[in-house]
Amino acid sequence: MKFFPLIWATLWRKKTRTIFTLLSMVVAFLLFGVLETVDYAFAHPGGGATGADKLITTNKYSITLSLPFSDTQEIRAVPGVAEVTWISWFGAYYQESKNFVFALPVDTDSYFNLHKDEFIVSDEQMLAYRNTRSGALVNSALMKKFGWKVGDKVPLHSTIWTQKKDGSLDWTFDIVGTFDAKDATQAGQQASTLLFHYDLFDEGRSFGKGSVGWFEERVTDPSQSGAISGRIDALFANSPNETKTQPAKDFALAFMKQFGDIGFVLRAILGAVFFTLLFLTGNTMMQSVRERTPELAVLKTIGFGDGKVLGLVIGESLLLCVIAAVIGLALSYAALPIIKLGLQGVELSPKALLPGIGAAVLLALIVGLPPALRAGRLNIVDALADKR
Amino acid sequence: MFKQLVAAISMSLQTLPQRVGASSVIVIGIAGVVAVLVSVLAMGAGFRHTLADGGRADRAIILRGGSDAELNSNLTRADVDTISNAPGLARNSAGKAVLSSELVTVVNIPKIDTGTDANITLRGVGLELAEVRPELKVVEGRMFHPAVRELLAGAGAAKQFRGLTVGSVLHLRNADWTVTGMFTSNGDVHESELLADVDTVGSSIERNGYSSAVALLASAAEFSRFKDALTTDPQLKVDVQREPEYYAAQSKALTKAINVVGNTVAVIMAIGAMFGALNSMYSAVAARGLEIATLRAIGFGAVPVLLSVMIEALLLSLLGGVIGAALAWLFFNGHTVSTLGGAFAQVVFQLTVTRALIITGIVWACLIGLLGGFFPALRAARLPVAEALRAA
Repeated sequence: MKFFPLIWATLWRKKTRTIFTLLSMVVAFLLFGVLETVDYAFAHPGGGATGADKLITTNKYSITLSLPFSDTQEIRAVPGVAEVTWISWFGAYYQESKNFVFALPVDTDSYFNLHKDEFIVSDEQMLAYRNTRSGALVNSALMKKFGWKVGDKVPLHSTIWTQKKDGSLDWTFDIVGTFDAKDATQAGQQASTLLFHYDLFDEGRSFGKGSVGWFEERVTDPSQSGAISGRIDALFANSPNETKTQPAKDFALAFMKQFGDIGFVLRAILGAVFFTLLFLTGNTMMQSVRERTPELAVLKTIGFGDGKVLGLVIGESLLLCVIAAVIGLALSYAALPIIKLGLQGVELSPKALLPGIGAAVLLALIVGLPPALRAGRLNIVDALADKR
Repeated sequence: MFKQLVAAISMSLQTLPQRVGASSVIVIGIAGVVAVLVSVLAMGAGFRHTLADGGRADRAIILRGGSDAELNSNLTRADVDTISNAPGLARNSAGKAVLSSELVTVVNIPKIDTGTDANITLRGVGLELAEVRPELKVVEGRMFHPAVRELLAGAGAAKQFRGLTVGSVLHLRNADWTVTGMFTSNGDVHESELLADVDTVGSSIERNGYSSAVALLASAAEFSRFKDALTTDPQLKVDVQREPEYYAAQSKALTKAINVVGNTVAVIMAIGAMFGALNSMYSAVAARGLEIATLRAIGFGAVPVLLSVMIEALLLSLLGGVIGAALAWLFFNGHTVSTLGGAFAQVVFQLTVTRALIITGIVWACLIGLLGGFFPALRAARLPVAEALRAA
């Protein structure tokens, strides 16, 4: 540690060069942090551990095919299933197709029992919701996005469901309350959610009555998920509507994977960034050591051993890389809210920034070692004579 | 002046080999930027290409009004009868409208690379298929027969998803379907799909009716007459679109997202590469201090010296740009991938490194080089001659 001032001084020996190298590296680590975070978000959909006890049952052959409502009773009777609820895809938007609303018709009792630790709703608004047939509970972020207020009547356009009464695709809801995610890591996922009564939906639609999009289950013991999934699917094997039950997390992960191998794309970009960084930093370190050859020789003359000189150069490389990494990663942390705007529904975790420090150390060793070895092996007489 | 310029440039290039280390930073840094930029944009270009080629201007697609996508849409048999009697449609020798009533659903089939289920479009098509879509060719095996559970797999789908080779059997909804053939379709979006007889698909998923109707017009100019006839019919509530418009709308969001991501990443990388270039050129100017001072001392102007440094930076970045574009082309051009398209189903497409993308990449490279070369060039031009000579 006592050599820190020496290392610090040598680092700034050529200010312009160090600053440009640093800036260039900061930018690279900023990118590293951002891409790692996005990669992490896609690999860990849903954030938190709240979903460990949830299962989801869809039609085995296609997520777009429905399941009969009557399956509910049979699923409820499966040992280990604590609660089951049913939901349908409503496919809604507000005014324009770009204003996607994740509107879900839900059965009030079973849905809120199943997801009981996930929403913050005031008792008063919950009661208002229960008592209003056309009522809707809306995520507060969505309220803000469209400037809605409690008490508003909002029309939503369903791209699928026509109404029995007039064949129209436009459904009107009364906003009776708002909710927020209890677990902050789910805030992003819930940001476009609007919940309304399944009964209103089922009675109001002109076709598909008595069918549901999918079931969600809560199990008493998450470690039994596999066995319970098997039991549920066995109930409907060889029926016209075979099911596929899996942990909600796996379902989300499989859905993310449908977008393609995003991880591969991100890692390929990171590879390119790291590779170019290697050259840039390596070149700076090489130059810096070459210029200082006589100085290093002086250090050796006054008694610094080969190992110590080697250590000094490695230390300089480490310092350079770690400073750049810390600034770059801090910037990418500051940029998280901006990335969130572009990646709705994906939760970003600062956890993904940690590998960045590891990468910085690795980089420092790779680029520091060749000049450090060279410095360590320096022959005093030749070096003092500046015979490089 | 011109002579001086040529002399100064040739001198700086001749001494270049002595500065390989620093110079390679520019080349490699910029090659990295351009390779990433071109590869990512090639994804967008390939995706757009696949969807944009999915239509002919003289073909119209009819959906239930307000449905946005085929998967959501629902047309009754009566609707289709009305549509096939509308004016403006092409008619075959028997006088029948050249129209295919189609039923679209998605089925779960595992992707070969990830092993997880993906949504594949299963499209039930009418027997008029060959007339409506003449570009569709069965390249292996044979056409499916109506009324039996047989299907054709698109060439793209067969490459990306498990168990779609000719002769294999798919188990869908309690029944076995045989893959009787593989088709191509000009590389358009339908190559990501499975095709089967519309009524067989309907009975399998218990749906009476259709998702959409695809009709060939007598000519592209007949579109508005056809559209007006349908949209003014009080019996019908449909959206009528030219096929290219329908598919373009589906590719818009993803193409835009890819372009935004590609450009953002490349801008960030370019800033990094620019600092790298600044560093290299400053050290080049420093290394050549004596040489530059000598040139100035024997009467070379500031401008040729400035330009010679700029041109050195430009040539190095040009080399980097070409290497980057070549790497992107070598590794990724024609690389087949698939993603979830706008219609909630997988679209298989190839990364396409177009000429325009290569030019874009090289333009970026030159801009980075110019920016990174300018300030060091300025310093070279302003070098105090006497001091530089003495320092050496």
